[in-house]
Amino acid sequence: MTWSQFLAMGGFGAYVWSAYGFAAIMVAINIAQPLMQKRKVWTRLRRNLDRAGEDE
Amino acid sequence: MSYGMFAAMRAVFSRELLVFWRRSTEIMTALVFFIMVTTLFPLAIGPERHELMLVAPGVLWVGALLATTLSLNHLFASDYQDGSLEQLLMSPYPLSALVLSKIAAHWVLTGLPLALLSPLLAIQMALPMKAVGTLVGSLLLGTPILSLIGAVPAALTLGVRGGGVLVSLLVLPLYTPVLIFGAEAVAASAGQGFASVAHLSLLGAFLALALSFAPWASSAALRVSLD
Amino acid sequence: MKFIHKYGSPKRFYALAGRLVPWFAGITAILLVSGLYLGLYWAPPDYQQGDAYRIMFIHVPNAWMSMMAYTVMAVYAAIGYIWNIRLADILAKVTAPLGASFTLTALVTGSIWGEPMWGTWWVWDARLTSELILFFLYIGYMALQASIDDDRRAAHASAILAIVGVVNIPIIHYSVYWWHTLHQSASISLTSQPKIYATMLIPLVVMSLAFTFFYFTMLCVRARTEILWRERHTDWVRKLLEAKS
Repeated sequence: MTWSQFLAMGGFGAYVWSAYGFAAIMVAINIAQPLMQKRKVWTRLRRNLDRAGEDE
Repeated sequence: MSYGMFAAMRAVFSRELLVFWRRSTEIMTALVFFIMVTTLFPLAIGPERHELMLVAPGVLWVGALLATTLSLNHLFASDYQDGSLEQLLMSPYPLSALVLSKIAAHWVLTGLPLALLSPLLAIQMALPMKAVGTLVGSLLLGTPILSLIGAVPAALTLGVRGGGVLVSLLVLPLYTPVLIFGAEAVAASAGQGFASVAHLSLLGAFLALALSFAPWASSAALRVSLD
Repeated sequence: MKFIHKYGSPKRFYALAGRLVPWFAGITAILLVSGLYLGLYWAPPDYQQGDAYRIMFIHVPNAWMSMMAYTVMAVYAAIGYIWNIRLADILAKVTAPLGASFTLTALVTGSIWGEPMWGTWWVWDARLTSELILFFLYIGYMALQASIDDDRRAAHASAILAIVGVVNIPIIHYSVYWWHTLHQSASISLTSQPKIYATMLIPLVVMSLAFTFFYFTMLCVRARTEILWRERHTDWVRKLLEAKS
């Protein structure tokens, strides 16, 4: 099977790839968003810690 | 003077009716909405009787459902605001019983009028005469279920931002089975399907289920909201 | 009981989850790559649907996961509500967006699958309709959580909602399926899908496992962040921050 045959998916290429593509985007969002959230929380907590240290 | 439990339930029930009578505009909201829906649909779809007849069961049921959803905010919210809900929670009687009274009163003031008004609106929607009995029956069975199920999200969203819209969102998925069988029962009577007795009995079963589950769940929800 | 209390502590779970994430992530990657290979290349085209049926390898696992995640979420929430275990509350809260994503993916891929098969972008097929209602259940749950500021009240309120939801799901399912058969007439449904051959079953199972482990991976990641935030005033978090600075 050639590359172009694979991509064409027997004529249904647009459908198959948009479906898999959507799923891939959802997976990517579900990886990126929690990681960004994690970084945000760390930064904020660290800032709070620094600020608490200044008060002393 | 101390009340027994049933006397307490009756007291709650009559108080609800009295309070509502004084705030009669709130009863009217649900009814007016119901009337509006069934008036606007023919205007939007066109006067062709055949077309109206096809959608009549659905439109009537959706109208009743949305009207009930609108009225859910009156179930607990005003009592929550003036503190009488807390009194109810502190009373020695089982909360589920008292909540059941409140829900019953709510239904008498919203669902029951909707069911009784529906024959008139059925005429507007060109619903065949033979189906009107089933319409009223399905609404009489169905609207109590809507009030019972709706009490849970109403209790959960007390004092919460955007409570009104939130209640509608929470209640929508839970209402779908009642809507499906209610509308189907009417459609079956109008001659579009098979016997409506099956649907009505299923609605009856849902009602029994809701009666056993909902008072308990909504009192748990009230305790969570009022702690 | 002691086991639960031991790992019921957010601090312990934080450490445990931290160790598990790389493993879960690795397993997910392996399963995903194999599943994609099996589904897109190894499995032969279907007799009736040609290559379009391969969408099933995304649609079905996501649909299963959407149901499983809601059930799991309701169980976590119930445990948290009944026995007052904060970790359970956190796991429930964090499962919701994942479950909603699975539901959305199932809906969109189902819709895409419907177009070449039956010529419409949305099919009021029994399963898709059920999925749509499930999506609303998830959104409602997340909206309720978001609208209540107090963590404990939010957790308990949404627990009641989740329990009511999970009890209603079989009823909704049954109603929708019944509603669909009544109006079937000429329409076909996704549920009357191509007969499942072994060549289809294997990629399906692999992809389902891949998404399951994906769920576990991101559950741990999200839970850790949530724990860190909620426990920010405790000693162990403070020590953790100082060590990392």
